Amino acid sequence: MIAITFHFLTAADFWIGVGVLAATYGIFALGLQLNVGTTGITNFGQAGFMAVGAYTMGILVAKQGWSWWWAMPAAIAASMLAAVIVGLPSLRLRADYFAITTLAFAEIVRYLADNERDLTEGSQGLLGYNSDWFKLSLRLGDWLNGHGVHVTSFLFPLLLVSWGVLLVLTLLVALVVRTPWGRVLRAIREDEDAARALGKNTLAYKLQSLALAAALAAIAGFVLALNLTLLVPDEFDPVFTIFGFVIVILGGLGSYVGVILGSVILMTVLEGTRYVELPLSSDKVAAIRFIIVGLVLILLMAFRPQGILGSKQEMLLGE
Amino acid sequence: MSAISPETTHDENLGAERVPTALLVVVGAMVAAAVVLAITQGAQELAQATINGLVSGSYFALGAAGLTLVYGVLKLVNFAHGEFLTFGAYMAIFAQSAFGFPLALALPFAFVTTAALALGLEAVMWRPMRRKGAGVLQLLLMALGLAFVLRNVIQLVAGTEVRKLSANVTSSVTFGGLHIGRTELWVVIVAFAALIALALMLGHTRLGTHIRALSDNAELAETTGLDTGRIIVYTWILAGGLAGLAGVVYGASIGVITPNLGFGIVLSIFAAAIIGGIGDAYGALAGGMLIGLVQEWSTLVFPVNLKVAVGFGAMILVLVLRPQGIFGRARTAGR
Repeated sequence: MIAITFHFLTAADFWIGVGVLAATYGIFALGLQLNVGTTGITNFGQAGFMAVGAYTMGILVAKQGWSWWWAMPAAIAASMLAAVIVGLPSLRLRADYFAITTLAFAEIVRYLADNERDLTEGSQGLLGYNSDWFKLSLRLGDWLNGHGVHVTSFLFPLLLVSWGVLLVLTLLVALVVRTPWGRVLRAIREDEDAARALGKNTLAYKLQSLALAAALAAIAGFVLALNLTLLVPDEFDPVFTIFGFVIVILGGLGSYVGVILGSVILMTVLEGTRYVELPLSSDKVAAIRFIIVGLVLILLMAFRPQGILGSKQEMLLGE
Repeated sequence: MSAISPETTHDENLGAERVPTALLVVVGAMVAAAVVLAITQGAQELAQATINGLVSGSYFALGAAGLTLVYGVLKLVNFAHGEFLTFGAYMAIFAQSAFGFPLALALPFAFVTTAALALGLEAVMWRPMRRKGAGVLQLLLMALGLAFVLRNVIQLVAGTEVRKLSANVTSSVTFGGLHIGRTELWVVIVAFAALIALALMLGHTRLGTHIRALSDNAELAETTGLDTGRIIVYTWILAGGLAGLAGVVYGASIGVITPNLGFGIVLSIFAAAIIGGIGDAYGALAGGMLIGLVQEWSTLVFPVNLKVAVGFGAMILVLVLRPQGIFGRARTAGR
């Protein structure tokens, strides 16, 4: 018997949890959208950049005693530096080789995080980087209470902050791609040789696009870290990047509003299906949910590659 | 697609360099590394690591051979190739438990069933997408999605519990103080036999010539009237079948089989294919051995758990320095 109850849809805790996840994946996927949708570079290593950002922040605060406020910009810089190091040699490669290289980079980061226990604590988990956030979170909660908003969930302040960050960043990226700089990125996607013939240093532009995506991945990593309260390497599995692509494709290649839409849809479906009670073990239920997500990606690619809000011409990449 | 430029020809025809310089450089570097490791870590340890490297190299090569054939003929980066290995391993377990097959019969069973899976996917996914003229990103993401779906279908059907092939993984052969497991010895023999058969087939049969022709220059092959549809079918049979074999020998030699079996080594297989020059079946053999040796030799210096990461590092190094691979000729891997 399949029993589905929809009570969870009215539960505030469910939507707060979904909201924080949607913001995390949304910020993460903004970077993918910039790379894949706007610039036409196949970054399959976004989870690796997120790991560099999250772990740099975590290590600087928990092991080096930095202030959280200073650790975050340093971690963004580290993630961008990783993007430059990875991208400088590999962005010259064809799309498929670049995809494999970035995926391998992300896996190297995960293996290192798993094994450099002195720094990362490996699968034990890195703790103790969020005390500055707790102070802020409590003050935010008090302020909300004082203004008549009474939400008991301790995640509520994170929900507000992460969505604020997501909306601001979405607006910024959407504006940036409308500048002449963004037009060069589109030109590279449409015809890199033509852009080069016009005197544009296309490698530099692609590198900037990748570094910006890495910065966004690092910020997503901070939200993830606060949501999890401890960092473990398995959170930075390549599956995170696959979900990011599902979001980008769902919302539509090249559409930044689509990223938010795609993220909310995917996270609602993924979290909502946890409440579908099947007479199966939990790992089998998890497998079914993932099969559905994978099939959605395949079917979208086959029948509607431009996604919900994308335009068909954004899909001309690589043809 | 600029994968294969028309000027791609064998070196003999160009008469420029008979032994590629890159190959000499790599062999030189490997010999130098071996000497340094033998002096600093001991010859006995190096010899044991070399044996382990040849064992893992043989299943990397077996996996890479199929991956590289598909890339050569179809220009498809099949991320789901790792799941072919997983599927083959589970099919062998199924053959053992359901029909009581010995491992020697479970191997061909895995070959046939995995080849059938590959053909089925060709029919429902890849052929229709080729007809539509799908772009690179579309195909990459479909392959990534397919890998994810297959892995989870296997998990749904077989569960996450660790399974084993009934193979003897404890007894080993010892000579001169070096050990190789009895199963691992069989792994190396099966892998080499399959790869030599593949090399002979590619080099000396009409089908092999056609596959190489299609890999070298699809447009030219088609204008000369080759039946590309038939060649693609055989390519998938070979790729799927060899991946199935690779999954069984890998599963038998590490002794534990989970739904993540293939996903765990698919990037090492990519590394082998890329180092050998993607699209080049002979290169896959050399690339597999090289990755196997690099990974196992690295354990003499670095923590064992990092050996896979070291292998990926070697792949990135090759991609950056020589994107066409060690054996690659006038291919253009750059944009």
